[in-house]
Amino acid sequence: MDEKQLIAARAAQELKNGNVVNLGIGIPTKVVDYLPPDVTIHLHSENGILGLGPSPTEEEIDPDLVNAGKLPVTIVEGSSFFDSPSSFAMIRGKHVDVAVLGVLQVDQYGRIANWAIPGKNILGVGGAMDLLEGAKKVIVTMLHTTRSGESKIVESLSYPITSQRRVDMIITELAVFKVDKEGLLLMEMADGCTIEDVKKHTLAPFRLSSQLTSNVR
Amino acid sequence: MKEIITANEAINMVKSESVIMVGGFGLVGCPIKLVESLSNSSLNNLTIISNNLGEQGKGLGKLVLNKQVAKGIGSYFTSNIDVVEAYQRGELEIELLPQGTMSEAIRAGGAGIGGFYTPVSVGTALAEPKETKIIGEKEYVLQEALQADFAFIKAKKADKLGNLIYSKSSRNFNPAMATAAKTVFVEVDEIVEVGELNPEEIITPHLYVDYLIEGE
Repeated sequence: MDEKQLIAARAAQELKNGNVVNLGIGIPTKVVDYLPPDVTIHLHSENGILGLGPSPTEEEIDPDLVNAGKLPVTIVEGSSFFDSPSSFAMIRGKHVDVAVLGVLQVDQYGRIANWAIPGKNILGVGGAMDLLEGAKKVIVTMLHTTRSGESKIVESLSYPITSQRRVDMIITELAVFKVDKEGLLLMEMADGCTIEDVKKHTLAPFRLSSQLTSNVR
Repeated sequence: MKEIITANEAINMVKSESVIMVGGFGLVGCPIKLVESLSNSSLNNLTIISNNLGEQGKGLGKLVLNKQVAKGIGSYFTSNIDVVEAYQRGELEIELLPQGTMSEAIRAGGAGIGGFYTPVSVGTALAEPKETKIIGEKEYVLQEALQADFAFIKAKKADKLGNLIYSKSSRNFNPAMATAAKTVFVEVDEIVEVGELNPEEIITPHLYVDYLIEGE
Protein backbone atom coordinates (compact mmCIF):
# COMPACT_ATOMS: atom_id res chain seq x y z
CA MET A 1 0.00 0.00 0.00
CA ASP A 2 1.15 3.54 -0.70
CA GLU A 3 0.86 6.32 1.88
CA LYS A 4 -2.62 7.39 0.78
CA GLN A 5 -3.90 3.81 0.89
CA LEU A 6 -2.46 3.39 4.39
CA ILE A 7 -4.32 6.50 5.53
CA ALA A 8 -7.57 5.29 3.95
CA ALA A 9 -7.17 1.84 5.52
CA ARG A 10 -6.66 3.35 8.98
CA ALA A 11 -9.73 5.59 8.56
CA ALA A 12 -11.81 2.54 7.54
CA GLN A 13 -11.18 1.04 10.99
CA GLU A 14 -13.09 3.96 12.53
CA LEU A 15 -16.33 3.13 10.72
CA LYS A 16 -18.94 1.00 12.44
CA ASN A 17 -21.48 -1.34 10.94
CA GLY A 18 -24.58 0.60 9.85
CA ASN A 19 -22.92 4.05 9.89
CA VAL A 20 -24.18 6.68 7.46
CA VAL A 21 -20.98 8.14 6.02
CA ASN A 22 -20.17 11.06 3.75
CA LEU A 23 -16.81 10.78 1.97
CA GLY A 24 -14.96 13.72 0.50
CA ILE A 25 -12.91 13.50 -2.68
CA GLY A 26 -9.32 12.17 -2.78
CA ILE A 27 -8.11 9.90 0.04
CA PRO A 28 -11.59 9.68 1.66
CA THR A 29 -13.01 8.06 -1.48
CA LYS A 30 -10.59 5.13 -1.03
CA VAL A 31 -11.85 4.35 2.50
CA VAL A 32 -14.55 1.99 1.18
CA ASP A 33 -11.84 -0.28 -0.28
CA TYR A 34 -10.56 -1.15 3.21
CA LEU A 35 -13.72 -1.77 5.22
CA PRO A 36 -13.57 -4.82 7.49
CA PRO A 37 -15.71 -7.65 5.99
CA ASP A 38 -18.26 -7.47 8.81
CA VAL A 39 -18.86 -3.74 8.36
CA THR A 40 -21.52 -2.38 5.99
CA ILE A 41 -21.88 1.38 5.73
CA HIS A 42 -24.38 3.59 3.91
CA LEU A 43 -22.78 6.28 1.77
CA HIS A 44 -24.49 9.67 1.65
CA SER A 45 -23.87 12.14 -1.17
CA GLU A 46 -24.75 15.84 -0.75
CA ASN A 47 -26.43 16.03 -4.15
CA GLY A 48 -29.21 13.72 -2.98
CA ILE A 49 -28.29 10.05 -2.69
CA LEU A 50 -28.19 7.63 0.24
CA GLY A 51 -26.72 4.27 -0.77
CA LEU A 52 -23.87 4.83 -3.22
CA GLY A 53 -22.33 1.71 -4.72
CA PRO A 54 -19.00 1.03 -6.42
CA SER A 55 -17.79 2.99 -9.45
CA PRO A 56 -19.69 2.07 -12.64
CA THR A 57 -18.27 0.14 -15.56
CA GLU A 58 -18.27 1.93 -18.93
CA GLU A 59 -21.70 0.42 -19.78
CA GLU A 60 -23.18 1.27 -16.39
CA ILE A 61 -22.47 5.02 -16.58
CA ASP A 62 -25.70 7.01 -16.22
CA PRO A 63 -25.55 10.80 -16.81
CA ASP A 64 -28.26 11.31 -14.17
CA LEU A 65 -26.30 9.48 -11.50
CA VAL A 66 -23.29 11.34 -10.11
CA ASN A 67 -21.77 12.01 -6.70
CA ALA A 68 -20.97 15.38 -5.12
CA GLY A 69 -17.70 15.40 -7.05
CA LYS A 70 -19.78 15.13 -10.26
CA LEU A 71 -18.26 11.71 -10.99
CA PRO A 72 -20.46 8.82 -12.20
CA VAL A 73 -21.57 6.41 -9.46
CA THR A 74 -23.86 3.44 -8.95
CA ILE A 75 -26.43 2.76 -6.25
CA VAL A 76 -27.00 -0.29 -4.07
CA GLU A 77 -30.25 -2.00 -3.10
CA GLY A 78 -32.04 0.05 -0.46
CA SER A 79 -30.77 3.36 -1.78
CA SER A 80 -32.88 6.50 -2.05
CA PHE A 81 -32.90 9.84 -3.88
CA PHE A 82 -33.92 13.17 -2.37
CA ASP A 83 -33.64 16.87 -3.15
CA SER A 84 -30.89 19.25 -2.03
CA PRO A 85 -32.78 20.88 0.88
CA SER A 86 -33.51 17.39 2.31
CA SER A 87 -29.93 16.27 1.81
CA PHE A 88 -28.57 19.23 3.76
CA ALA A 89 -31.28 18.91 6.40
CA MET A 90 -29.89 15.40 6.96
CA ILE A 91 -26.41 16.85 7.38
CA ARG A 92 -27.28 19.91 9.52
CA GLY A 93 -29.80 17.89 11.51
CA LYS A 94 -27.02 15.52 12.64
CA HIS A 95 -28.35 12.43 10.89
CA VAL A 96 -25.04 11.67 9.16
CA ASP A 97 -22.77 9.66 11.47
CA VAL A 98 -19.35 10.30 9.98
CA ALA A 99 -17.76 12.66 7.48
CA VAL A 100 -14.29 11.78 6.20
CA LEU A 101 -12.62 14.66 4.44
CA GLY A 102 -9.38 16.09 3.16
CA VAL A 103 -8.19 19.51 4.29
CA LEU A 104 -5.65 22.20 3.46
CA GLN A 105 -4.72 22.78 7.13
CA VAL A 106 -5.68 21.82 10.68
CA ASP A 107 -4.89 24.10 13.62
CA GLN A 108 -3.76 23.22 17.17
CA TYR A 109 -7.39 23.08 18.34
CA GLY A 110 -8.47 20.74 15.54
CA ARG A 111 -10.24 23.39 13.48
CA ILE A 112 -9.80 23.09 9.73
CA ALA A 113 -9.46 25.05 6.52
CA ASN A 114 -10.60 23.24 3.38
CA TRP A 115 -12.53 25.64 1.15
CA ALA A 116 -10.57 28.71 0.11
CA ILE A 117 -7.04 29.82 -0.69
CA PRO A 118 -5.85 33.23 0.49
CA GLY A 119 -5.04 35.71 -2.25
CA LYS A 120 -7.41 33.96 -4.64
CA ASN A 121 -11.02 34.95 -5.15
CA ILE A 122 -13.33 33.10 -2.82
CA LEU A 123 -15.86 31.67 -5.24
CA GLY A 124 -16.57 28.15 -4.05
CA VAL A 125 -17.63 26.52 -0.79
CA GLY A 126 -20.06 23.74 -1.77
CA GLY A 127 -21.07 21.59 1.19
CA ALA A 128 -17.82 21.94 3.17
CA MET A 129 -19.23 24.17 5.93
CA ASP A 130 -22.46 22.17 6.22
CA LEU A 131 -20.58 18.89 6.77
CA LEU A 132 -18.34 20.41 9.44
CA GLU A 133 -21.34 21.75 11.28
CA GLY A 134 -23.56 18.72 11.07
CA ALA A 135 -21.68 15.42 10.82
CA LYS A 136 -21.69 13.66 14.20
CA LYS A 137 -18.04 12.69 13.77
CA VAL A 138 -15.49 14.31 11.47
CA ILE A 139 -12.33 12.45 10.50
CA VAL A 140 -9.59 14.25 8.58
CA THR A 141 -7.49 12.12 6.24
CA MET A 142 -4.52 13.85 4.65
CA LEU A 143 -0.83 13.68 3.88
CA HIS A 144 1.00 15.20 6.86
CA THR A 145 2.84 17.80 4.78
CA THR A 146 2.36 19.71 1.55
CA ARG A 147 4.27 18.80 -1.60
CA SER A 148 6.93 21.34 -0.63
CA GLY A 149 7.27 19.70 2.79
CA GLU A 150 5.40 22.21 4.97
CA SER A 151 3.32 20.89 7.84
CA LYS A 152 -0.42 20.94 7.29
CA ILE A 153 -0.90 20.79 11.06
CA VAL A 154 -0.26 24.35 12.19
CA GLU A 155 -0.52 26.57 15.25
CA SER A 156 -2.98 28.91 13.55
CA LEU A 157 -4.57 28.63 10.12
CA SER A 158 -3.20 30.74 7.28
CA TYR A 159 -6.13 29.64 5.06
CA PRO A 160 -9.73 30.80 5.72
CA ILE A 161 -11.40 28.71 8.43
CA THR A 162 -14.26 26.37 7.44
CA SER A 163 -16.00 26.16 10.83
CA GLN A 164 -15.34 26.83 14.50
CA ARG A 165 -16.20 23.16 15.12
CA ARG A 166 -13.22 20.97 15.95
CA VAL A 167 -12.80 17.73 14.05
CA ASP A 168 -12.63 14.49 16.03
CA MET A 169 -9.63 12.77 14.52
CA ILE A 170 -6.72 13.42 12.17
CA ILE A 171 -5.14 10.54 10.27
CA THR A 172 -1.92 11.04 8.28
CA GLU A 173 0.78 8.72 6.96
CA LEU A 174 2.85 9.49 10.07
CA ALA A 175 0.37 9.68 12.90
CA VAL A 176 -3.14 9.53 14.30
CA PHE A 177 -4.31 12.38 16.53
CA LYS A 178 -7.49 12.61 18.56
CA VAL A 179 -8.87 16.06 19.22
CA ASP A 180 -10.11 16.85 22.73
CA LYS A 181 -10.97 20.06 24.60
CA GLU A 182 -7.31 20.98 25.04
CA GLY A 183 -6.20 20.25 21.49
CA LEU A 184 -4.31 17.52 19.71
CA LEU A 185 -3.48 14.21 21.36
CA LEU A 186 -1.03 11.88 19.58
CA MET A 187 -2.53 8.37 19.70
CA GLU A 188 -0.57 6.35 17.15
CA MET A 189 2.52 6.55 15.02
CA ALA A 190 3.32 4.71 11.82
CA ASP A 191 5.77 1.84 11.96
CA GLY A 192 9.33 3.10 12.28
CA CYS A 193 8.17 6.63 13.08
CA THR A 194 9.39 8.31 16.30
CA ILE A 195 7.89 11.11 18.38
CA GLU A 196 10.74 13.29 17.13
CA ASP A 197 9.74 12.55 13.51
CA VAL A 198 6.15 13.58 14.22
CA LYS A 199 7.30 16.75 16.03
CA LYS A 200 9.60 17.68 13.17
CA HIS A 201 6.72 17.60 10.69
CA THR A 202 4.05 19.15 12.93
CA LEU A 203 3.94 22.91 13.48
CA ALA A 204 1.30 22.73 16.21
CA PRO A 205 1.87 21.68 19.81
CA PHE A 206 0.39 18.29 20.74
CA ARG A 207 0.23 16.06 23.79
CA LEU A 208 1.11 12.38 23.99
CA SER A 209 -1.62 9.90 24.81
CA SER A 210 -0.93 7.51 27.69
CA GLN A 211 -1.97 4.80 25.21
CA LEU A 212 0.41 5.95 22.49
CA THR A 213 1.19 3.03 20.21
CA SER A 214 3.22 2.40 17.16
CA ASN A 215 0.66 1.26 14.63
CA VAL A 216 1.39 -2.24 13.39
CA ARG A 217 0.58 -2.38 9.72
CA MET B 1 -54.06 21.23 -18.13
CA LYS B 2 -50.74 23.02 -18.50
CA GLU B 3 -49.80 24.71 -21.72
CA ILE B 4 -47.00 22.95 -23.60
CA ILE B 5 -44.74 25.56 -25.19
CA THR B 6 -41.33 25.68 -26.86
CA ALA B 7 -38.18 26.84 -25.10
CA ASN B 8 -38.14 29.98 -27.27
CA GLU B 9 -41.73 30.80 -26.31
CA ALA B 10 -40.72 30.50 -22.67
CA ILE B 11 -37.73 32.79 -23.09
CA ASN B 12 -39.97 35.38 -24.83
CA MET B 13 -41.76 35.80 -21.49
CA VAL B 14 -38.49 36.57 -19.68
CA LYS B 15 -37.21 40.14 -19.44
CA SER B 16 -33.73 41.56 -18.94
CA GLU B 17 -32.87 42.09 -15.27
CA SER B 18 -35.01 39.11 -14.25
CA VAL B 19 -34.04 36.88 -11.35
CA ILE B 20 -33.98 33.27 -12.59
CA MET B 21 -33.51 30.05 -10.63
CA VAL B 22 -31.96 27.29 -12.71
CA GLY B 23 -32.00 23.70 -11.47
CA GLY B 24 -29.05 21.36 -11.67
CA PHE B 25 -25.86 20.27 -10.00
CA GLY B 26 -23.38 21.23 -12.67
CA LEU B 27 -25.02 19.95 -15.85
CA VAL B 28 -26.89 17.11 -14.09
CA GLY B 29 -30.53 18.13 -13.82
CA CYS B 30 -29.96 21.36 -15.77
CA PRO B 31 -32.82 22.28 -18.18
CA ILE B 32 -30.44 22.54 -21.11
CA LYS B 33 -32.95 23.55 -23.85
CA LEU B 34 -34.22 26.49 -21.80
CA VAL B 35 -30.66 27.55 -20.98
CA GLU B 36 -29.63 27.24 -24.65
CA SER B 37 -32.56 29.35 -25.72
CA LEU B 38 -31.74 31.97 -23.07
CA SER B 39 -28.13 32.07 -24.26
CA ASN B 40 -29.38 32.71 -27.82
CA SER B 41 -31.52 35.65 -26.67
CA SER B 42 -30.50 39.26 -26.22
CA LEU B 43 -31.59 39.28 -22.57
CA ASN B 44 -28.99 40.59 -20.15
CA ASN B 45 -28.37 41.90 -16.63
CA LEU B 46 -29.82 38.64 -15.33
CA THR B 47 -29.48 37.39 -11.78
CA ILE B 48 -29.01 33.63 -11.85
CA ILE B 49 -29.60 31.51 -8.74
CA SER B 50 -28.01 28.12 -9.38
CA ASN B 51 -25.50 25.93 -7.55
CA ASN B 52 -22.89 26.61 -10.26
CA LEU B 53 -22.79 28.74 -13.37
CA GLY B 54 -22.44 25.73 -15.65
CA GLU B 55 -19.14 24.50 -16.93
CA GLN B 56 -16.75 26.26 -19.27
CA GLY B 57 -18.75 27.07 -22.41
CA LYS B 58 -21.53 24.67 -21.39
CA GLY B 59 -24.97 25.23 -19.91
CA LEU B 60 -25.07 28.46 -17.91
CA GLY B 61 -21.39 28.91 -18.81
CA LYS B 62 -22.59 30.22 -22.20
CA LEU B 63 -24.55 33.02 -20.52
CA VAL B 64 -21.39 34.05 -18.69
CA LEU B 65 -19.38 34.14 -21.93
CA ASN B 66 -22.15 36.25 -23.53
CA LYS B 67 -22.01 38.67 -20.55
CA GLN B 68 -25.74 38.15 -19.94
CA VAL B 69 -25.34 37.55 -16.21
CA ALA B 70 -24.99 40.50 -13.80
CA LYS B 71 -25.04 38.43 -10.64
CA GLY B 72 -24.70 34.77 -9.70
CA ILE B 73 -25.98 33.35 -6.41
CA GLY B 74 -24.73 29.83 -5.67
CA SER B 75 -22.30 27.65 -3.74
CA TYR B 76 -19.53 26.62 -6.11
CA PHE B 77 -18.23 28.66 -9.03
CA THR B 78 -14.55 27.72 -9.09
CA SER B 79 -15.06 24.81 -11.50
CA ASN B 80 -15.77 27.27 -14.34
CA ILE B 81 -12.70 29.42 -15.09
CA ASP B 82 -14.82 31.83 -17.18
CA VAL B 83 -16.83 32.70 -14.06
CA VAL B 84 -13.65 33.33 -12.06
CA GLU B 85 -12.24 35.58 -14.81
CA ALA B 86 -15.50 37.52 -15.32
CA TYR B 87 -15.57 38.10 -11.56
CA GLN B 88 -11.95 39.30 -11.57
CA ARG B 89 -12.69 41.74 -14.41
CA GLY B 90 -15.56 43.15 -12.34
CA GLU B 91 -18.18 42.08 -14.90
CA LEU B 92 -19.94 39.63 -12.62
CA GLU B 93 -21.18 39.96 -9.05
CA ILE B 94 -21.12 36.76 -6.98
CA GLU B 95 -23.00 35.87 -3.80
CA LEU B 96 -21.51 32.74 -2.30
CA LEU B 97 -23.58 30.62 0.08
CA PRO B 98 -22.90 27.25 1.71
CA GLN B 99 -24.81 24.71 -0.37
CA GLY B 100 -27.14 23.74 2.47
CA THR B 101 -27.87 27.37 3.30
CA MET B 102 -28.60 28.09 -0.35
CA SER B 103 -30.95 25.15 -0.80
CA GLU B 104 -32.79 25.92 2.45
CA ALA B 105 -33.11 29.61 1.43
CA ILE B 106 -34.84 28.46 -1.77
CA ARG B 107 -37.08 26.07 0.16
CA ALA B 108 -37.97 28.92 2.56
CA GLY B 109 -38.66 31.25 -0.37
CA GLY B 110 -41.25 28.84 -1.71
CA ALA B 111 -42.78 28.15 1.69
CA GLY B 112 -43.58 31.70 2.79
CA ILE B 113 -40.68 31.95 5.26
CA GLY B 114 -38.77 35.25 5.28
CA GLY B 115 -35.50 33.84 6.58
CA PHE B 116 -34.00 31.44 9.09
CA TYR B 117 -31.12 31.05 11.51
CA THR B 118 -28.52 28.41 10.63
CA PRO B 119 -25.35 27.44 12.49
CA VAL B 120 -23.51 26.85 9.20
CA SER B 121 -20.78 29.42 8.43
CA VAL B 122 -20.78 31.01 11.91
CA GLY B 123 -17.28 32.30 12.63
CA THR B 124 -16.19 32.19 8.98
CA ALA B 125 -15.71 34.77 6.23
CA LEU B 126 -19.13 33.94 4.74
CA ALA B 127 -20.95 35.02 7.94
CA GLU B 128 -19.11 38.34 8.31
CA PRO B 129 -21.75 40.65 6.78
CA LYS B 130 -24.67 38.83 8.40
CA GLU B 131 -26.73 39.20 11.57
CA THR B 132 -26.14 36.53 14.22
CA LYS B 133 -28.20 35.38 17.18
CA ILE B 134 -27.61 33.14 20.17
CA ILE B 135 -30.35 30.53 20.56
CA GLY B 136 -29.86 28.31 23.59
CA GLU B 137 -26.09 28.31 23.88
CA LYS B 138 -25.37 28.20 20.19
CA GLU B 139 -24.67 30.95 17.68
CA TYR B 140 -26.64 31.11 14.43
CA VAL B 141 -26.47 33.32 11.36
CA LEU B 142 -29.51 34.87 9.68
CA GLN B 143 -30.12 33.82 6.09
CA GLU B 144 -32.89 35.50 4.16
CA ALA B 145 -35.06 33.42 1.83
CA LEU B 146 -34.46 33.41 -1.92
CA GLN B 147 -37.19 33.95 -4.50
CA ALA B 148 -37.16 34.49 -8.24
CA ASP B 149 -39.19 35.82 -11.14
CA PHE B 150 -38.70 32.60 -13.09
CA ALA B 151 -37.58 29.04 -12.39
CA PHE B 152 -36.13 26.78 -15.07
CA ILE B 153 -36.72 23.20 -13.98
CA LYS B 154 -35.64 19.84 -15.44
CA ALA B 155 -37.87 16.84 -14.74
CA LYS B 156 -38.00 13.33 -16.15
CA LYS B 157 -41.73 13.03 -16.59
CA ALA B 158 -44.77 15.28 -16.30
CA ASP B 159 -48.44 14.56 -16.67
CA LYS B 160 -50.54 17.12 -18.53
CA LEU B 161 -51.60 18.73 -15.25
CA GLY B 162 -47.94 19.42 -14.47
CA ASN B 163 -47.26 16.82 -11.79
CA LEU B 164 -43.56 15.97 -11.91
CA ILE B 165 -41.15 13.15 -11.22
CA TYR B 166 -37.38 13.39 -11.56
CA SER B 167 -34.51 11.09 -12.50
CA LYS B 168 -32.03 9.96 -9.84
CA SER B 169 -29.51 12.60 -8.77
CA SER B 170 -30.77 15.07 -11.38
CA ARG B 171 -33.51 15.96 -8.87
CA ASN B 172 -31.16 18.08 -6.69
CA PHE B 173 -32.35 21.74 -6.55
CA ASN B 174 -35.23 21.32 -9.01
CA PRO B 175 -38.17 20.55 -6.67
CA ALA B 176 -37.31 23.43 -4.31
CA MET B 177 -36.79 25.92 -7.14
CA ALA B 178 -40.15 24.92 -8.63
CA THR B 179 -41.79 26.31 -5.48
CA ALA B 180 -39.92 29.61 -5.22
CA ALA B 181 -40.53 31.51 -8.47
CA LYS B 182 -43.47 33.51 -9.85
CA THR B 183 -43.40 31.66 -13.18
CA VAL B 184 -42.15 28.09 -13.46
CA PHE B 185 -41.03 26.52 -16.75
CA VAL B 186 -40.41 22.77 -16.69
CA GLU B 187 -38.38 21.01 -19.34
CA VAL B 188 -39.40 17.34 -19.37
CA ASP B 189 -38.22 14.26 -21.23
CA GLU B 190 -41.74 12.80 -21.40
CA ILE B 191 -45.28 14.13 -21.04
CA VAL B 192 -47.94 11.57 -20.13
CA GLU B 193 -51.72 11.60 -19.64
CA VAL B 194 -53.23 12.57 -16.31
CA GLY B 195 -53.57 9.44 -14.19
CA GLU B 196 -50.47 7.73 -15.56
CA LEU B 197 -48.25 8.91 -12.69
CA ASN B 198 -48.65 7.13 -9.38
CA PRO B 199 -49.79 9.75 -6.80
CA GLU B 200 -47.42 8.16 -4.25
CA GLU B 201 -44.46 8.89 -6.52
CA ILE B 202 -45.16 12.49 -7.54
CA ILE B 203 -42.40 14.75 -6.17
CA THR B 204 -43.68 18.13 -7.42
CA PRO B 205 -47.47 18.52 -7.35
CA HIS B 206 -48.86 20.43 -10.33
CA LEU B 207 -49.87 23.61 -8.48
CA TYR B 208 -46.24 24.80 -8.62
CA VAL B 209 -45.91 24.41 -12.39
CA ASP B 210 -46.89 26.97 -15.05
CA TYR B 211 -45.60 25.71 -18.41
CA LEU B 212 -44.19 22.47 -19.82
CA ILE B 213 -41.45 22.32 -22.43
CA GLU B 214 -40.59 19.10 -24.24
CA GLY B 215 -36.93 18.19 -23.76
CA GLU B 216 -34.66 16.09 -25.93
